Amino acid sequence: MFKKFSHGPIERNVLILGVLTLITVSLGGLAQIVPLFTIESTIERVAGIRPYTPLELMGRDIYVREGCYACHSQMIRPFRDEAERYGHYSLAAESIYDRPFQWGSKRTGPDLARVGGRYSDDWQAAHLRSPRDLVPDSIMPPYSFLDRPLDAARVPASLRAQQRLGVPYSDEHVAQAMADLRTQADPDADPTAFNRRYPRARQGVFDGNPRQLTEMDALVAYLQMLGTLVQFRDVTPEQLRQQ
Amino acid sequence: MPSRSEMTYVEAPIRAFAVATMFWGVVGFLMGVLIASQLAWPLLNLDLPWTSFGRLRPVHTSAVIFAFGGNALLCTSLYIVQRTCRARLFGGNDMGWFLFWGYQFFIVSAALGYVLGVTQGKEYAEPEWYVDLWLTLVWVAYLVAFAGTIVKREEPHIYVANWFFLAFIITVAMLHIVNNLALPVGDGSSHSYGLAAGVQNAMIQWWYGHNAVGFFLTAGFLGMMYYFIPKQANRPVYSYRLSIVHFWSLIFLYIWAGPHHLFYTALPDWAQTLGMVFSVMLWMPSWGGMINGIMTLSGAWDKLRTDPGLRFSVTAVGFYGMSTFEGPVMSIRAVNALSHYTDWTIGHVHSGAMGWVGFITFGALYWLFPVLWKKKGLYSTRLADWHFWIATLGIVLYITAMWVSGIMQGLMWRAYDENGFLQYSFIETVAAMHPYYVIRWLGGVLYLSGALIMAFNLYKTVTQVEGSQPAAAPANALAAE
Repeated sequence: MFKKFSHGPIERNVLILGVLTLITVSLGGLAQIVPLFTIESTIERVAGIRPYTPLELMGRDIYVREGCYACHSQMIRPFRDEAERYGHYSLAAESIYDRPFQWGSKRTGPDLARVGGRYSDDWQAAHLRSPRDLVPDSIMPPYSFLDRPLDAARVPASLRAQQRLGVPYSDEHVAQAMADLRTQADPDADPTAFNRRYPRARQGVFDGNPRQLTEMDALVAYLQMLGTLVQFRDVTPEQLRQQ
Repeated sequence: MPSRSEMTYVEAPIRAFAVATMFWGVVGFLMGVLIASQLAWPLLNLDLPWTSFGRLRPVHTSAVIFAFGGNALLCTSLYIVQRTCRARLFGGNDMGWFLFWGYQFFIVSAALGYVLGVTQGKEYAEPEWYVDLWLTLVWVAYLVAFAGTIVKREEPHIYVANWFFLAFIITVAMLHIVNNLALPVGDGSSHSYGLAAGVQNAMIQWWYGHNAVGFFLTAGFLGMMYYFIPKQANRPVYSYRLSIVHFWSLIFLYIWAGPHHLFYTALPDWAQTLGMVFSVMLWMPSWGGMINGIMTLSGAWDKLRTDPGLRFSVTAVGFYGMSTFEGPVMSIRAVNALSHYTDWTIGHVHSGAMGWVGFITFGALYWLFPVLWKKKGLYSTRLADWHFWIATLGIVLYITAMWVSGIMQGLMWRAYDENGFLQYSFIETVAAMHPYYVIRWLGGVLYLSGALIMAFNLYKTVTQVEGSQPAAAPANALAAE
């Protein structure tokens, strides 16, 4: 039957060539991408995952802006050495609100998926300002310029955009975004309403300076929550099963 | 070819694309040398937002892939499609100039964004939504110009190089649109959030990312190979049948390979396994293409001694074969467990980028410049020889340094001492990389130096007064040996 096949008609008509090409290159993507949206077990059924607080979201946007993903992964693989160095392997559930995902592809620096709570706020801020003062062999760029005021004006718009994309921010979350942002950076503020909206989110003077809300505050707040949402003591193997 | 139709080809915008290719090549290599030196000597980050590694790294990758590579692809595809179809570019000079300035505007606005911190944070897809929209417009015009020229052709068959260019244009359009679907934050902000998040975002991004390699940096450049190597060797393509098998199997298999960037991540196992199987299979069509390119030289091997442009093209195909063997090896999950997150990946990418993409482009430019500017030959084949050997030495230094540092770091991360504790802290593995980062930097400096020699040579080729240069250029090359 293959004797009868001729490539001639295909290479004589640009429309046929183009359409056949489009079909050929579409198959792989359809097979690999579409099921990830439809198979429920793609995301593990663990408790504790919540959307980012406004301050953490601003910090995450700074993390993305500075290209931290070029040198730091946020994806711990299920190996013994990685478990001992970084902690429990990363779950798909832990990045469901990550736009963009920041799993990374290179570890010029260490993985950050569970860096939250590993160091004090002061250590993080000091390290960001001048990495080699704390880690002499580090090759990380210094980020002292992050001690500038945080431009928080677009926080409500950011939450609104995420809400439209399906992140479970309620209208109340959006309306209170500015207040929540200030509450998290001020340990003297009453956290009741804030913690109802963002369970177990921590308040702090993240950059060591309570008088000013800076980009450093936002970035440290983000780093300090990374990998802390899931309580692995309470997780059963059944919940971690992925198709 | 009848000279009647030769007179009507669109050439001025193609000359502009050729100059832009050389210009952005030097810029991209320079940025590479700069960020390589930042990894060796971190003080060079200067503690400024605009000069930190995280912001400059996408400037380097976009400059070499989209500015250098993209201009090379536009230049050669628009040149080739007119010659092999014996038809003037659809849309004429205006179309050519729109594509040229539209594409340069895309490059400059993307790079400005990176330096100012405007980024989507997805590798090789960093430009924000407004730049993406502009590129989509330019790309659709490119497809119209390219396919329109094919429709107007006077040749009965569409030449094989054009199949590859067409697949590259169509597939890149599909990848670009799907991967960049995003919702702008609004209020006049340049910022946006993507439609997909987390694991789905990861899969879509590496479906895009790997096929930016597969279609931008491979299929398009294979189009170059299928035109310039037969031209330079003055021989027909080795096998027509192999071309057909090569084309369809390559474009079908490549698109499945994305998940090999996500082994042992939270991507479900079934998708990882699919990615591994197709990545390993991809070895076959890749080598089929390599064989088709190299065997085209049958009976013309002697030209390698006298034609430095051909030497670049053929060495490029050699590097292509090496990278497309290394790639499937690294796509075996057990190997990837060691190589992932290390410099081995960086070395692999650069043997493909500097060896294959760079060299096939250099070969094409050394051939095209005298033709486009109607000169008898290059200003100096001897300088082109120097370029070849300096650049080759640069690549060898680069990739061997990255093999050693990558494998060493992978092994150090998983090393245990006799008490069962991790043997090395992370920072010890960083410190161990330093000598290799210096060697890599040196390799980059050599590669950049070669490109500067080339730029000088091409400049002199264009500006030389006809007749002042000895016509027996090959004799120079012989004398040099």
